[in-house]
Amino acid sequence: MSFTLKKQGDVVVVDVEGQLIVGNRQELKQKVLDDLEKGERKFLIDFAQTGYIDSSGLGVLVSLSKKIREHGGELRLADLNDDLQTLFELTKLDTLFQISETRERALEGF
Amino acid sequence: MRPAGVPRAGTPGAPDDGLFDPVTPSYVALDVEIPSDVRQIEPIVALVTEHCKSLHLPKRQCSLNIPVALSEALSNAIISGNNEDPRKHVRLRATVSDRALVFDIVDEGNGFDMAAVSHDPTTSQYVGREDGRGVFLMHKLMDRVQQFREPQHVVRMTLNR
Repeated sequence: MSFTLKKQGDVVVVDVEGQLIVGNRQELKQKVLDDLEKGERKFLIDFAQTGYIDSSGLGVLVSLSKKIREHGGELRLADLNDDLQTLFELTKLDTLFQISETRERALEGF
Repeated sequence: MRPAGVPRAGTPGAPDDGLFDPVTPSYVALDVEIPSDVRQIEPIVALVTEHCKSLHLPKRQCSLNIPVALSEALSNAIISGNNEDPRKHVRLRATVSDRALVFDIVDEGNGFDMAAVSHDPTTSQYVGREDGRGVFLMHKLMDRVQQFREPQHVVRMTLNR
């Protein structure tokens, strides 16, 4: 499992490889918050290479979304597979985030 | 103190889950103990998932239901049950029959009262909160979730095949 942050235009794109769970959620949170502290405001988390997410991982996404908004920024999500889409629908978090089918679509108009 | 044995589902002395009976053969597919460290969750879930694939379960049960529900239960056992005390362990036992998979997660503490977690995290009041989705997901992704406190704290999750 790993998190890779790359700048694409003025958007920080985060790739989540493997799981986003209680054991590694703080690492993702810290990396995004560090970039937020440096002045970045647009974040896209791409789940194309993600296995599963537990409630702690979902909680970190909610937390990051709030913090980014508080700084006048925005967090978008992209590339959820069918399982992750189901997870977001079960928890109604699909109503909280802007979720795009692909990275390219998410970047459009960001 | 390390946890002693927990009665096997469907055997005398085991909590009655209503699914196992003497004529439904079952076997213990996995019986392991892990230290109270959340970093141990991912590898043990991967091990269980591999076992599940060999049982020819529906793909979603192996890729969503089991990994997520098991992660939640193990996380609760490590954090709430054992307070992440490295001297304490969490035991996971998976029992398989033609009808169901049963996961027993045993910690060395008192756990927390799952029945007291009654709020619905999907309501507008709670959906924006960071926490409070773990038990909800366990119930949503498993067919049955039970909690026993004697002789040890056990969370039993049953997934019908």
